Amino acid sequence: MLIRPKEGILDPQGQAVERALPALGFDGVSGVHVGRLVELDVEDPSRLPEMCERLLANPLIEDYEVLVVEPAGAAGPGS
Amino acid sequence: MKFAVLRFPGSCDEVDALMACRRFGAADLIWHGDRDLGGPDAVVVPGGFSYGDYLRAGAIARFSPAMEAVSEFALAGGPVLGICNGFQVLCEAGLLPGALLPNVSLRFICRQVDVEVANSDTPFTRACAKGDRLSIPVKHTTGRYYAPGAALDELEARGQVVLRYGTGQNPNGSSRDIAGVCNAQKNVMGLMPHPEHAVDRLTGSDDGGRLFASIAAHVEQLVPA
Repeated sequence: MLIRPKEGILDPQGQAVERALPALGFDGVSGVHVGRLVELDVEDPSRLPEMCERLLANPLIEDYEVLVVEPAGAAGPGS
Repeated sequence: MKFAVLRFPGSCDEVDALMACRRFGAADLIWHGDRDLGGPDAVVVPGGFSYGDYLRAGAIARFSPAMEAVSEFALAGGPVLGICNGFQVLCEAGLLPGALLPNVSLRFICRQVDVEVANSDTPFTRACAKGDRLSIPVKHTTGRYYAPGAALDELEARGQVVLRYGTGQNPNGSSRDIAGVCNAQKNVMGLMPHPEHAVDRLTGSDDGGRLFASIAAHVEQLVPA
């Protein structure tokens, strides 16, 4: 799950990163937002949005995006 | 009257809150795992870093057995005061509108501020007059009160904005200088400043005591002598 500040809500962390990048010579950067990534193994991915709504994100201030990655073969995830 | 003061793993202001409550009534500490609040007349959810502030401040604490009991107590009309992390917990629990975001400065802020009483017709401010200024410290990193614009208009129209930072003293970028809000029924209030740290002149101000005095007066009025 990718969780990021809702559009239009002041994101001082994103702004601080946006100011820091040009100082290192990385020009032409804009629209920086800092969020968080929650990784988990789950048997039933259909319940992921509910998990976001009820705990992992605060829908009042954050948007979330669910990315499902199937495990690669018998080796399982993370290999 | 009796206060119940919650204690979570990571709370750090519960003893000051307990001592503040005991100036105005009896008070017990309630461990977060307890479902039984001990029959209090009012509940204080104190400041600190419950459950390490993991995920978001207050996000995990709301699921504790004690908070389930507090929700029931609040829904039955019992007065509940959330201070700092307690405010964050009550917002996450849906008992108060809005959310607390990181300070605009991204810094931990610890200083004395003036807050102005915007509504004195609540169980938490009845010992104050509208417009009174209280000198109370703030100390937090995640204290920027946020609610969508339309929700803020509604809060103001219904008198749910209880305290505002004095002009030019908003320490964290809170919407409309809001320092404390209550629910529509006015029996649940949260604020970022710490009234429990301002109950004795020895530490600079006793203005915070007026919130605890208000709760005690509210409760005593409900119970005929």
